[in-house]
Amino acid sequence: MLISYRDALNQAMREEMRRDDRVFLIGEEVGYYQGAFKVSKGFVEEFGRGRVLDTPITEAGFTGLAVGAAMAGLRPIVELMTFNFGILAMDQIVNNAAKIRYMSGGQLSVPLVIRGPGSAAHQLGAQHSQSLEAWFCHVPGLKIIVPATPRDAKGLLKSAIRDPNPIIFIEAQLLYSTKGEVPEGEYTIPIGQAEIKRQGDAVTIVAYSKMLLLALEAAEELASEGIQAEVVDPRTLKPLDLETIVESVKKTGRLVIVEEGWRFAGLGAQIADSVYSSAFDYLDAQIVRVTGEDVPMPYSRPLEDAAIPDRARVRAAVKQVLHSA
Amino acid sequence: MDRDDLLSLYRLMLLIRRFEERSAEMYALAKIAGFLHLYIGEEAIAVGAIAAIREDDYVISAYRDHGHCLAKGSDPGRVMAELFGKATGLCKGKGGSMHLVDATRNFMGGYAIVGGHLPLATGLAFAATYQKRDQVVLCFFGEGAVPSGQSHEAFNLAALWKLPVIFVCENNRYAMGTPITRGIALYSDLADKARAHGIQAETVDGMDVVAVRTLMQTVVNKVRTDPQPYFIEAETYRFMGHSMSDPAHGHYRTKEEVEAERKKDPLVLLRQTIMQKGLGSEADFKRLEQEVGEVVADAVRFAEESPFPDRSVLEEDVYVE
Repeated sequence: MLISYRDALNQAMREEMRRDDRVFLIGEEVGYYQGAFKVSKGFVEEFGRGRVLDTPITEAGFTGLAVGAAMAGLRPIVELMTFNFGILAMDQIVNNAAKIRYMSGGQLSVPLVIRGPGSAAHQLGAQHSQSLEAWFCHVPGLKIIVPATPRDAKGLLKSAIRDPNPIIFIEAQLLYSTKGEVPEGEYTIPIGQAEIKRQGDAVTIVAYSKMLLLALEAAEELASEGIQAEVVDPRTLKPLDLETIVESVKKTGRLVIVEEGWRFAGLGAQIADSVYSSAFDYLDAQIVRVTGEDVPMPYSRPLEDAAIPDRARVRAAVKQVLHSA
Repeated sequence: MDRDDLLSLYRLMLLIRRFEERSAEMYALAKIAGFLHLYIGEEAIAVGAIAAIREDDYVISAYRDHGHCLAKGSDPGRVMAELFGKATGLCKGKGGSMHLVDATRNFMGGYAIVGGHLPLATGLAFAATYQKRDQVVLCFFGEGAVPSGQSHEAFNLAALWKLPVIFVCENNRYAMGTPITRGIALYSDLADKARAHGIQAETVDGMDVVAVRTLMQTVVNKVRTDPQPYFIEAETYRFMGHSMSDPAHGHYRTKEEVEAERKKDPLVLLRQTIMQKGLGSEADFKRLEQEVGEVVADAVRFAEESPFPDRSVLEEDVYVE
């Protein structure tokens, strides 16, 4: 079945809310507005206001409420209109959701999904264009999921809702309308499992979320030049499926990591470090990272384009690791 | 208010008092480390309020949480062991003084980011409503949390969604070393802050355990039968420093002020009431002192004799496997 990323998320939540009445959706505009990006279309009609809760614009307040509800045995899904606004809920996410299990010596748990779009769209300015996954990945106690395709979005969101831990599920505004094949009927995708999205033997490209689509496009362009890139989508950043990445690197000997987030202390730095530790002897070239630039996102189109990875930069990085052999 | 009733309130306050005095001694002996925030002087609030709820009602607190945990019925030995960082502590030594949790008693924890646990309290209350249970939530915090943004976000949601949560503000007049007069605009009536959100609110003498319990019985009954939030301002005073690194009066309040406030000691007050009513004698108090002394001595012994956690548990409990 060919559906959009948006509909895949809608199906995942709908199926899980039908399956388990402990699951509820809470956030700004999730009810009658149907979600700022229409992800919860039809929800308030099907599940009622008791399970689809429109909130005031108070991210700390409603995220904290969801953490408390999870401690008491419910399974909240928090929709952040964007992860930029989630910064206001960082205290609840970092100091409460991530730590309550540990601080209580395993007595309490926080089965919670916090989802919404991250990364840049088109010219939304500095406060609405951030890729903050590295912040969350740094915190023990959280799991971070960054699906790129409708199939992964649906299967992973269902797994996230069933998982007994607090989960950060980062979507992308520019992915909502993209389409892809989704299996008919019930399925889930395990958290912490990467997938090889394109087979190749010349170089490994690791890319996730929106950047996966960019990497796949760049790989096709490279193929026309006779370079077969293998594209690995971690899908989950924490726990990271290092094994699949390392297996690919052992085959290709070369690694390019593409991420939209800021370069300094970004996810790619962590992935590179892990690969160096596990597969240094298999590398034929230094790992090259393609990242967002270390600037607040500018509004002007040419400046914004300059701040975000593009196909040309991915191709150049691939050539760099090939030529330095 | 019969004899046994009043003596049992006294006994619980005495337990918290003696437990914390011994904790301070253990801190001086380096058996306890980190932050240790003592509740001494404020015992009537936890004891009076928690006496008005059921066992399955939720309690959640801030970092000055020993009193609430003991009042909810937790084993003093396991609480002391937690302060010692021992494997037998309530949280297996992973929480410490500020993060006591006893899930078996629905004591949902002590939290050390000021204002950060008020939203959690609304979530517990939301869950009770969602699950169609008639539990109420008692959420304790100091007046220092009142101006924080998260508190007001919690007040608004609780009022908006009629959540059965009772916010108990322990107004000891100092946010660490900052007096309320320098920290909160319109400080003279904290209950007004809650009323501004449409929450009913009352002020009570937090040194009078009977007054606290009497008010709380009415409020708990109201909140349980007609779900809605409530705000209680309990006026009190912290007899000790903010933490162990802060002397009893510090640089920010005078010795004379502390001495004057100590005359309103909730234990002394209740003892006088009991004596005046002829409901107890010196012998009763001597017996309680003896009993409680033994409980606390046992708690310290249990903590002392318990093992530290093994290095192998370091990575356990980060995630639910």
